[in-house]
Amino acid sequence: MKVRIVVSLRDGVLDPAAETIRRSLGALGFDGVGAVTQRRVFEVEIDGRDEAAALEEARAMADRLLANPVIETFVVEPVG
Amino acid sequence: MRAAVVTFPGSNCDRDLAVAFAKATGRIPVRVWHAETELPPVDVVGIPGGFSYGDYLRSGAIAARSPILRAVAAFAAKGGRVLGICNGFQVLTEAGLLPGALVRNAGQRFVSRWVELRVENDATGFTAGWRAGDRIRLPVAHHDGNYVADETTLAHLEATGAVAFRYADNPNGSARAIAGVCNDARNVLGLMPHPERAIGAELGGSDGAVLFRSLVAALA
Repeated sequence: MKVRIVVSLRDGVLDPAAETIRRSLGALGFDGVGAVTQRRVFEVEIDGRDEAAALEEARAMADRLLANPVIETFVVEPVG
Repeated sequence: MRAAVVTFPGSNCDRDLAVAFAKATGRIPVRVWHAETELPPVDVVGIPGGFSYGDYLRSGAIAARSPILRAVAAFAAKGGRVLGICNGFQVLTEAGLLPGALVRNAGQRFVSRWVELRVENDATGFTAGWRAGDRIRLPVAHHDGNYVADETTLAHLEATGAVAFRYADNPNGSARAIAGVCNDARNVLGLMPHPERAIGAELGGSDGAVLFRSLVAALA
């Protein structure tokens, strides 16, 4: 099955790239643009596991590599 | 003093760091490839600057999970001295050997220039050749040098003297203008500026040589 892991910066960690994108949207004439958030999305095929086990494994992947707990949080969800 | 320098795919300051160690110690450092699982018998391990693994995922993230880093972590746990410079600092934070993290510069731009630093703690084996409060000049060259940590961690760093160097004119938005930090045991140091690029007048400055001489003195 396929599992999605969405990694986000923690509140309070400045994301200068998102801020630049927000300003660029404004420069293109999109008025009313408030905060812009970027997230990183991973989709991982995990073979031979039921959904619960695959999600557990995905959480372990995020804990150990895909997210840095100092600056990021993550959520996992099944795809499809 | 015997030194080792680790090289990852994408390291580009490993040679400079080896030269700095050689100049300070009179001995050629052992070069260690990232895929190795054991360190040679040395007193200090240098994790150099560069773009290990192309900075994929996060700067230093993949290198921090490489085989040699398990050996470096075990070496540090036994009190071995570990010096991480630039990408090496990022690797050490990603590996959990130093607190905090290094994210994109607040100004979004890659910053490559000489900066002035204040030596904050002269009571470490890396910094004993200075006096606290000394102003020194070292080059920086990084895109992800913005030091972040939660308030509890920052308060702990300040209260315990773990901040080794602070920018005089914060070039990257780092919390508390932190340029380099030690672990609690003071045997691991990470810093974004490049002392190995400032070891002689022909390089534009020699303040960095003090760090390597301090290590030699501490390990004598």
